[in-house]
Amino acid sequence: MLEITNLHAEIDGKKILKGLTLSVGAGEVHAIMGPNGAGKSTLAYVLGGRPGYEITEGSVTFAGQDLLAMDPHERAAAGFFLGFQYPVEIPGVSNVQFLREALNAQRKQRGEEPLTGGEFLKLAKEKAGLLKLDMDMLKRPVNVGFSGGEKKRNEMVQMGILDPKFAVLDETDSGLDIDALRVVGEGINAIMRDPAKGVLLITHYQRLLDYVQPDVVHVLAGGRIVKTGGPELALELEEQGYEAVA
Amino acid sequence: MSDVLTHPTTRDEDWRYSDAEYLASTSSDELLHWTEWTVAPGEVKSEYVTLLSGPQARGTVQRTRVHVGKGGRLEVFATLAGGQYQRYELDVTLEEGAHFEFGGVTLGGDVKLQEFVTRVVHAEPNATSNQTVRAVQWGKATGNFLGRIEVVRDAQKTDAAQNFRALLLEKGASANAKPELEIFADDVKCAHGAAIGALDEQALFYLASRGLPPVEARKLMVRAFIADAFVEISDDAMRDQMLEGALAELDQGAL
Repeated sequence: MLEITNLHAEIDGKKILKGLTLSVGAGEVHAIMGPNGAGKSTLAYVLGGRPGYEITEGSVTFAGQDLLAMDPHERAAAGFFLGFQYPVEIPGVSNVQFLREALNAQRKQRGEEPLTGGEFLKLAKEKAGLLKLDMDMLKRPVNVGFSGGEKKRNEMVQMGILDPKFAVLDETDSGLDIDALRVVGEGINAIMRDPAKGVLLITHYQRLLDYVQPDVVHVLAGGRIVKTGGPELALELEEQGYEAVA
Repeated sequence: MSDVLTHPTTRDEDWRYSDAEYLASTSSDELLHWTEWTVAPGEVKSEYVTLLSGPQARGTVQRTRVHVGKGGRLEVFATLAGGQYQRYELDVTLEEGAHFEFGGVTLGGDVKLQEFVTRVVHAEPNATSNQTVRAVQWGKATGNFLGRIEVVRDAQKTDAAQNFRALLLEKGASANAKPELEIFADDVKCAHGAAIGALDEQALFYLASRGLPPVEARKLMVRAFIADAFVEISDDAMRDQMLEGALAELDQGAL
């Protein structure tokens, strides 16, 4: 589904990704772990199309299309979702209003009929329930006044509503207490565990992987994948640290 | 305290950001004319002013003087979105316990110059005023807010607030804020704030990542920005009408 080949990326002349190669197939969940500064968030932003990064070499193919040639909103319409490590607060813009516009913009781009207000609210209620996020919070301005955990649950509610084919989740587990971690983990499984979907989980810790079992675990260090293994690799890392394993 | 009795020029402090060419080409009678309103004690007067684009004079200067009686309420909501030069001026005097609510939006491109000029006199105790002005400019346009608050010696427990924010969509656009507070009472609250900036790129990327095309994302952010000025409109339909009317003047090319 997602093929990353020899990806090199830099920001302000600083080289961050240095030949990253990775392939995630349909129905698979891959985890990327790695020390601070390894390039994990850069990878997420580059895949999402955030301005400011320069791709100097390599390619990313998503469902047969050149992902890097698409604008961020086109990537979304193609079924790509980025869960932010730091979800942005947008005063004055209500969650439901923006999500409905976003979903209908995606549907328009795909040649589908827009959802009516009623249909959208029903969908939003269902996904908010799944993530145990109060519907009232969805009516409030985007992420304004949300706790860290509420922001992350809101990211997952958005993912549920937008129903992407592929999700890159950048440290979705950070800032979550134990109960919220389980809710978010179960949410990811409910929304994304599907033979036709794929997930790339970026995380520092093993704990999210207790709920969302990865098929493959990669270690990212110095801008490249330095080791790849099964779920047992995450446990090994947790016990011995990055330096010993990779 | 006195009115400008002679033909104004940009050398006059209250007209310093105005369009000199327009002033020179316009008669003193028109520039110095004041419309007078009175709000009787305990009454409410709501005015909605929209000076939009379209086939109209090159500019307009509208000046209104209002006296608000005890416990009265004056609400004025205004959009300036047209003309080469538009100036909307309010001179409000508040008696005891009266309230003045003002929400203003300037919105324009090219070389348009749009400005709100207010003078609020808290002449007696316990009066309150709240002014929120939002400017959205692009091209080489300018949006201004000159807001003067005067609290006389006896006007204790005055609560006056003034807030101005400008959103410049392109390099070359500008905004001027000129808050003036003259306070002679000692037990009052007077707050003012001004900020000028561009659209938040982080927020735009966040909206785009969810599927909103750039123009839609920017429009949504502009809507949220100007909505602040109309949030105190109690009639939902009127609030929507003011908001949509202003947004319709937004040049898609500037987004």
